[in-house]
Amino acid sequence: MQEHVQLDQKEINKDLLDTIFHTPMWWYLAVTFFGVVFLIGASAFGYLLNQGLGVTGLNRPVFWGAYVVNFVFWIGISHAGIMISAILRLTQAEWRRPITRAAEVLTVFALTAALMAAPLVHTGRPWRAFLPTPWILPYDFARGIWPNIRSPFVWDPMAISTYLVASSLFIFIALLPDLAIIRDRSTGLRRVIYSFLCLGWRGTPRQWKLQIVAGILLSALVLPVFVSVHSIVSWDFAVQIGTEGWHSTIFAPYFIIGAIHSGVAAVATLMAVMVWVWKLHKYITPDHFDAIGRLLIVVGLTWFFFFFLEWVFALYTLEDPEIAMRKLQVFQWPWSGMFAVFLITSFIIPVTAWLFRAVRRSLLWMFITTILVNVGMWLERFLIIVPGLMRRTHLVFDWGSYQPSIIELLMVIATFAWLCLGMLVFSKIFPLVPLFDIKEAMINREKIKIGRKEIPASIRE
Amino acid sequence: MSDNSVKTSGKRKWSMAVDIDKCTGCQACVVACQSENNIPINTEDLFKQRRAIQWIRIERYWEGEFPNAKVRFIPLLCQHCDNAPCEPVCPVYATYHNQEGLNVQVYNRCIGSRLCVNNCPYHIRFFNFWEPSWTDSLKNQLNPDVTVRSRGIMEKCTFCIQRIRRTTRESDKNNQQLKDGDRRLNPACVNACPTDALVFGDLNYVDLDTGEKSKVAKLKEESLSKNGRGYKLMGELGTEPNVTYLKKVDADSGHSSHGGDSSHG
Repeated sequence: MQEHVQLDQKEINKDLLDTIFHTPMWWYLAVTFFGVVFLIGASAFGYLLNQGLGVTGLNRPVFWGAYVVNFVFWIGISHAGIMISAILRLTQAEWRRPITRAAEVLTVFALTAALMAAPLVHTGRPWRAFLPTPWILPYDFARGIWPNIRSPFVWDPMAISTYLVASSLFIFIALLPDLAIIRDRSTGLRRVIYSFLCLGWRGTPRQWKLQIVAGILLSALVLPVFVSVHSIVSWDFAVQIGTEGWHSTIFAPYFIIGAIHSGVAAVATLMAVMVWVWKLHKYITPDHFDAIGRLLIVVGLTWFFFFFLEWVFALYTLEDPEIAMRKLQVFQWPWSGMFAVFLITSFIIPVTAWLFRAVRRSLLWMFITTILVNVGMWLERFLIIVPGLMRRTHLVFDWGSYQPSIIELLMVIATFAWLCLGMLVFSKIFPLVPLFDIKEAMINREKIKIGRKEIPASIRE
Repeated sequence: MSDNSVKTSGKRKWSMAVDIDKCTGCQACVVACQSENNIPINTEDLFKQRRAIQWIRIERYWEGEFPNAKVRFIPLLCQHCDNAPCEPVCPVYATYHNQEGLNVQVYNRCIGSRLCVNNCPYHIRFFNFWEPSWTDSLKNQLNPDVTVRSRGIMEKCTFCIQRIRRTTRESDKNNQQLKDGDRRLNPACVNACPTDALVFGDLNYVDLDTGEKSKVAKLKEESLSKNGRGYKLMGELGTEPNVTYLKKVDADSGHSSHGGDSSHG
C-alpha cells in the first residue's frame, strides 16, 4: 500500500507554481542549449530544402531512412499520454494523478516532433505537401483532384491530426482550474493573459461539473485513437505488398504494443527528470515508480510476445524475400550488432531489472532502464525499415546499403531537442503537475469523524 | 466520333515484347532513352551514390563458372503493370493507369513520398535526389516535348508517351489508321535497337486493309502459348505486366536455361 503524506492546499500551490513565478538560472541555460541544438537541426533542414534529398544517405533501394524511423519512434512515444490519461483514468488508477499532465504534454510535443520528422522533411517536395496546394490537410478541392483514399499516407494525417487535437483539448481542459489559480496570484499583463486563457473560471459547481464531464468524455472518446494511430502508422508499411518483410498482418498490434512500451517507458524517464529538475519528490514518490514499473513489466512482456509472433509469422511461410530480410537483420554486420543491442536494451535488461522491487523504487535505476528501452525501440524501427528495404531482391542490380548522413542525424537530434525545449517552456508557463488533481486526491483521502466512526470524505474512488 | 472508330480498331492497349535471344547488351536503348526523355547525365558519382536514373537499364548476369561462363542480358524498363502495386499507394494520384493501359506519372502532382518505389517489385521508378543538370553544350539538345523534372519527384519509363500522343493525334486528325511499327510511334529504345529485340505496338490493333494483328500482339500470343519462349518478369507476383519477355535460346543446349522464373522470378 502506498504511504500518503497529507499536504495542505497552500503548500501545494507554493510548490507547484514555483516554476512559474521564479525562474532559476539553469532554466535559461537549458533553454539556450536545446534552442541552439534545435536551430542547428533547423539549419540542416534549410540546407536540405536548398539542395534536395541528395544530402541524405538515402539511395536505391533504401528510399526510406532515418526520417521515417524517427517518425515512427515519436508516434510511439506519443502513446504515453493516452495510456496514462485515458486508460489509467478510466480504470481509476490513483497513482496517475501527478503525471497525467506531463504525459499529455509529452504526447503533444512528441506528435509535433513526429510531424517534423516525416511529412515535413521526408517528402521530396514538402512545399507541395503543405503550401500552396496542400496534399491532404486542408485539402484544396478546387482542383477537382481528390486525394487517393487508398493510400496510407492519406490515412496518416487524419489519424495524427485527430490525436493532436484530442490531446491538446485534453491538456487545455485540465489546465482551466490551474490557470485560474495563476490568474489570482499574478498582476499586470500576466493577469490579463491568464484571465483570457482560463475562460472565466470561477470554480462554481457547474463549472467543476462540466470540467469533470469533459475530461471523462474526452478520455473515453480518445480511446479509439489509442488503437488507430499506430495501426495506421504500421499500415504505412504493412500495405506495401512490394516490400515483403513489411507486408504482414501482425504489424498493427505489434506496432501498438511497441508504442506503449516506449511511451510508458518515456513517461517513467520523464518522472525521474521531473523529480530531479523541478524537485517534485513530494508529489512523485517511489510508490509511483513502483506502480509504473509494474505496468512496464506487463507491457514489456506483451510486446516481446508480439515480437516473437512476428518472427514466427515471417519464418513460417518460408518465403525467400522474408528469409533474406531476416538473415540480413540477424547475421550481417552491422545489422547483427544493432539487433543484439536492440534485444538487450529494449527487453532483456529492463524487464529483468523491473522484476526487482529495489530497482522499481530507485529513481536512478528507473531512469537508466527506461532510457535503454527507448534506445532499443529506436533501433527496432530502424531494423524494420532499413533491412526491410535493402533485403536482397531478385534483381541484383539493386542491392545496396544505407547509412544516415550527418544532415539526417542533426535533424533527428533536433527533434529530441524540440521535445526538451517544449517541456521546459511549457513548465515555465503552465504548472506541469495538475494542482486540482492533487488536491482532489488529498480530499479523497481525508477522513471525517461522525460520532465515533471515521469515514472517507469522498467515496468517489 | 464514328469516323475515328472506323480508322482505329477500338481501344488502344500499348504493349512491348523483349526478345532476350536477340539482345546483345549494346546499351543503344539506354542512350536513346536518355536523350529522348531529358534524363539528367548519370555521372560516375551518381552511380556510386546508387542514385543514377535509367528508365531502361541493361542488367548483366553471369551464369556458370569461368571457362563455361555465359553472359546474360536483360533490358529492364517499367512493366506498365495492369495490376500495378505502385498505383494504389500514391497519396496524390500522381501515378495512375490510363485508358490505354499505360502506367502514367503526373510530375506536377508528385510530392515525393516514395511509397510507389518501395512497392515496385522491379525497382524501376527513379527518384530525383538532386536537381537535374546538363552541361551547357547539352542544354540545347533537350527534347521540348518532354518535361524537365525537378528534384524531389518520381519518374519512370512512359513508353515515350509524347511520341504516342503526337502520332495518334496526327493520324486521328488525318483520319488515317496508324501503321503498326510506325517509327514515329515507337519509343526511342525500340527505334534504337539494332537487333529488333524490342517490339512495341497496340495489342488491339487490327490492320484495316489486311486484317492482320500487330507484331507485338502476335509475338505475345505465340510466345505465351504452350511451347513458347515468353514469360512475364516475376509473373508469379500477379502484377500482370504489359511487357512480355522471350527467353534466350542457347546454341549448345537447344533449350534455354535462362530467363525463366528460376533465375528472375
